[in-house]
Amino acid sequence: MTNTIADVETSDVILVTGSNTTENHPVLSSFIKRATLKGKKLYLIDPRRVTLADHADKWLRPLPGTDIAWINGLMHVIIKENLHDKNFIETRTENFNALKKTVEKYSPDYVETITGIKKEDLIEVARQFANAPAASILYCMGITQHICGTDNVKSLANLSMLGGHLGKPGGGVNPLRGQNNVQGACDMGGLPNVFTAYQPVNNNDIRSNLEQFWKVKDLSPTPGLVATEMFNKAHDGDLKAMFIIGENPMISDPDLNHAKKALSNLDFLVVQDIFETETTQMADVVLPSFCFAEKNGTFTNSERRVQRVRKAVEAPGEARRDWEIICGIATRMGYEMNYENSHEIFKEITEITPSYKGITWERIDKIGIHWPCPSETHQGTPILHTTQFTRGKGLFHAIEHTPPAEQTDEKYPYILTTGRVLYHYHTGTMTMKTEGLNQLSPECFVEISDKDLEKLGLDDNTMVNVFSRRGKITAKLKVSTKAVEGTVFIPFHFAKAAANKLTNGQLDPTAKIPEFKVCAINIEPASA
Amino acid sequence: MEKNIITINENLLAFEPGETILSIAQRNKIDIPTLCHLKNTIPTNTCKICLVEIKGKPELVESCKTEACIGMVVFSESPKVVKARKKNIGRMLASGNHNCAIRDFDTDDWTSFQLKVLEDDGKEDLCPVWGDCELQDLAYRYQVKTKGMPLGECQYEKEQANPFIIRDFSRCILCGRCVKACCEIQVNNAIQFGYKDKDLKIIAKDDVTLKDSDCVFCGECLQVCPVGALIPDKAFRDDRFKDTHTVRTTCSFCGVGCQMDLFIQDNQIVKIDGADIDLPPNNASLCVKGRFGFDFVHSKERLTRPLIKKDGKQVEASWDEALELVAQKFTAIKEESRPDALGVLTSARITNEDNYLAQKFTRAVLKTNNIDHCARL
Repeated sequence: MTNTIADVETSDVILVTGSNTTENHPVLSSFIKRATLKGKKLYLIDPRRVTLADHADKWLRPLPGTDIAWINGLMHVIIKENLHDKNFIETRTENFNALKKTVEKYSPDYVETITGIKKEDLIEVARQFANAPAASILYCMGITQHICGTDNVKSLANLSMLGGHLGKPGGGVNPLRGQNNVQGACDMGGLPNVFTAYQPVNNNDIRSNLEQFWKVKDLSPTPGLVATEMFNKAHDGDLKAMFIIGENPMISDPDLNHAKKALSNLDFLVVQDIFETETTQMADVVLPSFCFAEKNGTFTNSERRVQRVRKAVEAPGEARRDWEIICGIATRMGYEMNYENSHEIFKEITEITPSYKGITWERIDKIGIHWPCPSETHQGTPILHTTQFTRGKGLFHAIEHTPPAEQTDEKYPYILTTGRVLYHYHTGTMTMKTEGLNQLSPECFVEISDKDLEKLGLDDNTMVNVFSRRGKITAKLKVSTKAVEGTVFIPFHFAKAAANKLTNGQLDPTAKIPEFKVCAINIEPASA
Repeated sequence: MEKNIITINENLLAFEPGETILSIAQRNKIDIPTLCHLKNTIPTNTCKICLVEIKGKPELVESCKTEACIGMVVFSESPKVVKARKKNIGRMLASGNHNCAIRDFDTDDWTSFQLKVLEDDGKEDLCPVWGDCELQDLAYRYQVKTKGMPLGECQYEKEQANPFIIRDFSRCILCGRCVKACCEIQVNNAIQFGYKDKDLKIIAKDDVTLKDSDCVFCGECLQVCPVGALIPDKAFRDDRFKDTHTVRTTCSFCGVGCQMDLFIQDNQIVKIDGADIDLPPNNASLCVKGRFGFDFVHSKERLTRPLIKKDGKQVEASWDEALELVAQKFTAIKEESRPDALGVLTSARITNEDNYLAQKFTRAVLKTNNIDHCARL
């Protein structure tokens, strides 16, 4: 997030898109809902009529996979009505003319034909967004999990810059992180192309500094494979071994049949986890680790706030800390890794991570600090880009609408989109151990509109087979006002009816994120 | 020009225009008791406990809704205030099933009071929040005695129809904090005041069970309830006299990073509350997963020993054996194939410290940049 969570409540206009906030980030959704109680405007732009629509001034419904079109449409209206922030554009950005040229053709009429969003609604949102003193954009996986995910995000950044809403309280482009420490895992260099703090692996100076610091030679200058590519390479036999820590890709990956073949094809698979999962079952070695309540350390939240994690209970049996296990392997491979405790590791992190340099466990004992925090006297950075962007001037990207990789046809006439429900978390490894959560959300379902139910000639709660070009699952129909005709939703938590057997593994070419949010399916009664 | 200063109990205090007496007092750590006020919400003004005396005014006023004026002189514990407060506490104790033995005490010694309660415990259905009840605290503080007064009758049945929250209307003092928490803090709008006068009740939807209402079990109501009307379905009740300590940490579910207090008894998490109301990012709020979804920590299904696949079956092994095997295999593949034949998936679930070492290991030891995690999934 460029801004803080608390900041959301101070926005004049909040635009939420591709986020089922009340179920996936419930506490953050309260900040949005409280803003509406104070008379602030809320617009929800989402293929599903999720609960936040009840609090919104308006819900705009785009066809799944048409985000660039409606964002360009908003910008078309803003420019045409001369509502863009000329001063901000002049002083803080470049390439505006290219953007202007591209969005020229995205008239409200044209956008309506692509997205289904009524032109009056588009115009209203454009005017409100541009005229607001501060407007915030919040988005989640509904924006990113597309073959054009990167372009979707760039388009939102365009929109925010056009309104001059970056670098100030109540504004910003705010991705909501879905897991407790996605932000931290990225910050720490848990990515194939960067070391900590996004320092590129192909930069010779940075690499040679780290070689000295880590006392090693020959760090690889070549960016590595992203997760989805690793599975493809394993499938083809180029990747021989994998070490998977605290993840269950056998439920969370797209096109699970493909993922299973990939993992089976490895010579050697090591999985480190707190529970047996569909992924540990395939492993040659399983290593038991600590959960959050047994650890000391830090997590970094969605608003870049580095916060303490504290040990509250002892871990079971012979389980070990994740870092201890890694040290054990490294040392046995001839590279001595030895730390007294996780605090010592944190101190090492701050030495080579410019954005964390000024953060100490003492400083964040009571309240976390937002990175970048370059020195111990620096107070942290709640709002990014206040005077300039990372690259200097903000670059407008002129982007055209790209349709989803898979289209509906006679054989697969429905669009499937996936996500989570309130009561479960990701692959359910943790939440499904709480009986009460299972009672409130016991099983997979196929969320469908009443119109589609009627079209199918089926009753609510009928067991159905759901097919895509890649697989089949069986689950219960559940009619819901959240669903719109032609689009169904299936949560991906449930191993017994794993939605990811159906999803499409097509990737965004830059971010390599799979298109979980759109694929074509068919539905038939299970008895037939 | 006159300054924005008032006097509370002889302390001169600055205030912002529009600020209430209660808010000024709370900011300055002056304890004006209240059972209904909830910070950051519009006062319900139902409990009449926060009454204070203002110099020159014949009537006592509620400090939660009275705004400060320049030169105002306030007494929060004057004899007149204490008398009124005692009366209102007594009225509340008499209003429901407040059988916490506070009614019968005739000692001002807390230890003998506790001993007496211990003696009584088990003889009848003692209130589950005994020792953690704001009404009980106030009754003790102001030495309110209701001995001989019958327990209030309640026309509404206890509700236990959901897995997390028990609603005991017989102990509800109708302060409305839960309604404020639901409608103004979490804004889930699941509960409200229903019926009138003697039938007044906190209802969900048109008086259905929480399970059949719009309730999403965030438990904010539970956390703000000053008495035993809303209690978690498990925890504490059987173990209220056991040694408990709290540990503040960060929630391990979504990316909001809520700050929470884990209540620990005998190496077990028994309850989770949101941390301080002034502490970002969550200001004491939690969701259903954060508050109630902690059973996994103590699950019998936790992995406790390393496993190695032998003849197609995973069998338990020692750490030495497991780590040695992993090190050998990784070394062999690195040398016989090439470093890029190895791949590591680190995790968005583990700490920064764990993640840092995972990437350091991948790059410095395996000598590949094939490291990623589930950010995209």
